[in-house]
Amino acid sequence: MAQLTFAAAINDALRIALTIDPRVICYGLGTDDPKGVFGTTAGLQAQFGAERVFDMPTAENAMTGIGVGAALYGLRPVLTHQRLDFALLSLDQIVNNAAKWHFMFGGRRAVPLTIRMIMGRGWGQGPTHSQNLQAWFAHIPGLKVVMPATAGDAKGLLLSAIFDDNPVIFLEHRWLHNLKGEVAEGDVRVPLGRAQRLRRGDAITIVAMSTMTAEALHAVDFLADHGVAADLIDLRSIRPLDWDMIAASVKRTGRLLVLDTGSLTGSVAGEIVAGIAERGWNDLQAAPRRLAVPDFPEATSPALTRTYHVRAEQIVDAVAAMLQRPIDSAPLAARRTHPHDVPGAWFTGPF
Amino acid sequence: MSARPDAGVSRDLLYHLKRIRRVELEIARRYPEGAMRCPVHLSVGQEAVAAAVAVTLRREDLAVSGHRAHAHYLGKGGDLTAMIAEIYGKATGCSGGKGGSMHLIDEAAGFMGSTAIVGGTIPVGVGLALGMKQTGTDQISCIFLGDGAIEAGVFYESLNFAVLKRLPVLFVCENNLYSVYTPLAKRQPAGRCIADVAAAIGARTASGDGNDVEQVWSLMTDAVAALRAGSGPWFLELATYRWLEHCGPFYDNDIGYRSEAEFRAWQARDPVACHQARLIERGVIDAAMVARLDADIDGEVAQAFAAAEAAPFPEPGAAFTDLYAGP
Repeated sequence: MAQLTFAAAINDALRIALTIDPRVICYGLGTDDPKGVFGTTAGLQAQFGAERVFDMPTAENAMTGIGVGAALYGLRPVLTHQRLDFALLSLDQIVNNAAKWHFMFGGRRAVPLTIRMIMGRGWGQGPTHSQNLQAWFAHIPGLKVVMPATAGDAKGLLLSAIFDDNPVIFLEHRWLHNLKGEVAEGDVRVPLGRAQRLRRGDAITIVAMSTMTAEALHAVDFLADHGVAADLIDLRSIRPLDWDMIAASVKRTGRLLVLDTGSLTGSVAGEIVAGIAERGWNDLQAAPRRLAVPDFPEATSPALTRTYHVRAEQIVDAVAAMLQRPIDSAPLAARRTHPHDVPGAWFTGPF
Repeated sequence: MSARPDAGVSRDLLYHLKRIRRVELEIARRYPEGAMRCPVHLSVGQEAVAAAVAVTLRREDLAVSGHRAHAHYLGKGGDLTAMIAEIYGKATGCSGGKGGSMHLIDEAAGFMGSTAIVGGTIPVGVGLALGMKQTGTDQISCIFLGDGAIEAGVFYESLNFAVLKRLPVLFVCENNLYSVYTPLAKRQPAGRCIADVAAAIGARTASGDGNDVEQVWSLMTDAVAALRAGSGPWFLELATYRWLEHCGPFYDNDIGYRSEAEFRAWQARDPVACHQARLIERGVIDAAMVARLDADIDGEVAQAFAAAEAAPFPEPGAAFTDLYAGP
C-alpha cells in the first residue's frame, strides 16, 4: 500500500493498463501537454509512445466514434475529457453507438471503451464547467457508470473499466484529485457494480457518491461523536447499482438519506429513493430524503455559490431531523478553514 | 486511371449489379405483405458503387455504412439469407432480429455494421483504420456515406483526424442528390463539388459517374492501390440516383419533390442495363449467359426469402439479452 493522491492513482491505473495490455490506448485533449490532464496522464506518452498516448483534435463527437471503431477493431481505448460538459458534444456516439452496439447487432461485438469525464465545481467553474450528469448516463441501457470517491477506488475502478468489455463512463470529480488515500500496488481491481460500506451503524442509511461521500464522511464521524451511528454506503458504481447493499442496510436502519452531486430532479438519488420505496416500503420507519444540488445551473460568482452545494453540516441537519434529535451542526461547519468555493488550500484555480 | 476491367471482372460486376437489384426489387415487391416490419431504404438505381466494392476490396478489408446499406452489405460479401432474415425480424437474422434493415452486420465478411443516424458510422470507420494503423496491417477501412452526411459535423471531425494520422480510409460518397425529400440545392451552396470539400481538408479525391460501374471500378481500383501503398485517406464522390422513395418500396415521383423528367433521365442511365448492354456489345456475354445469370440469381434470392420466412422468430426473452458483453 502506498499513499497516493486520487490523480496519481489514476495515473498509476493508466500506466498499469498500458503496461499489461498492448491494446490499451489513451487519448484526449491535453493528454500529452505540460499539465497532463491535472497530472493524471503525466509521463505516459514518454513511456508508451505517441502511437498509444496522444492528444487529439477538438472534435469530441468524432473522437468518441473513433474510440468505438478502435474498440471494434480490438483496441481498448481510454478517452479523457477535462470537463464532462465538453463530452456533451459526443452524446450521439455515446448513446447511439457505444451503448447500443452490442445489443443492436445481437451481441455480435462489444465496445470496450472507457470515457473519463472530469467534473468541476467552485472557483467560478460556472454553468458549463460543473455539471454532474451521472443520472443522464445511468439512464442509458448499455452504458456502465462509475464515480469513485477515494484514491484506491479511482485506481481499482479505472482498471476494471478499461478491462470491462462494455462502454464505461468514468466520472471523476476535480475536487477529489488532491485527496490522498491508500492505494494498493499493481493490477488491483475494484469490481464494477459493488458499493462499499465506509461506516457501519444502525440509526440511518446514508448513500453517497464521489464528493458527497467525502462530505458524508465528515458528517457521519461528527454524528458518531453525538451518539448517532450511521451506515454510510459509497456507491462507487452508478450503473449497475448495488441495490442489495442499499436494501439490506435500509432493512436494518429503517431510514434512508441519499446524497447526490447532481441536480435534484431526475437524480440518481431520486431513483434510489424510488427503488427502495418499492422494494422495502415496510422497512422504512420515516420518509426517505434526498439532498442534491438545486435545479439551477451553478453560477460563477463566489457570492452566488455559498449555499449551492450540499455540505457536511446540512447532512447532519437532515439526519437530526429524520431522527427527531436536536444536534447542533455549527461546530462542524466551523471546522472548515478554507473558502467555500475550493476543496482545500491546494486549489488555487484556474480550473 | 486504371483501364477498364478485364472480361472476368466485368462479368463479376454484372453479377453483383443484378444480384443487388434483384434483392432490392424482391424486398419492394413483398414489402406490402406486411411481414417485413421495419423501415427499408432501398438502393435500386444505386447498385454500381456497391458492385465495384465487391470486386475491389478484399474480404479482410472492413466496411461500415448508414441507413441505406443493403447494397453495401451485399457488396462487401455479407450473407444474403442472414440479411433477409434480419429484415423479417427472425432469430437467424444477422443481428438476431434486434437491428433490422438499418442495423446490418457480417463481421466474417468484414461488414462491421450499418446504423441509422446519418454520419454515425463515419468516425467508427476511422477508428477501425486507427486500429489497422496501430497493428500495421495493409487492410483498408471503407466508409459508405451519402451527400447528406457531408452536412454533419462529425464528417469534418472524422476526415480531419483521418488525414492528420494518414489512416487507410476509403470514403465512398454516393451523391444521390436528395436527403429524404430535400434536394441538394436546399442544403449546400450552388456549384459546390463535395469532393473539393474533402480535398480542402486534405484527402485525395476523385469524382465520377456513380452509375457507370466500370468507371467506379476504375476510380476505386486506383484509390485502393494508393491506400495500400500508404497514401492516407481517399474520398470518392460518385453521382447516382435512387429510383424508389426514400424509405419504403414505392415510386414517389408523384408527390412533388422531384420531377418525373429527372427520374426518367436517370433511369435511362440504369447502371444494370447499361453495363449489360455494354458487355453484350463487346461480346463478353450473350443473351444465353444473361438468362443463366438471371436464373441463378432468382434461385438464390428465392431461397433466401424462403429461408427467412421459414426461420423462427427470436424467443420473446431475447429482447432482454445482449445488453452487456461478458458475465
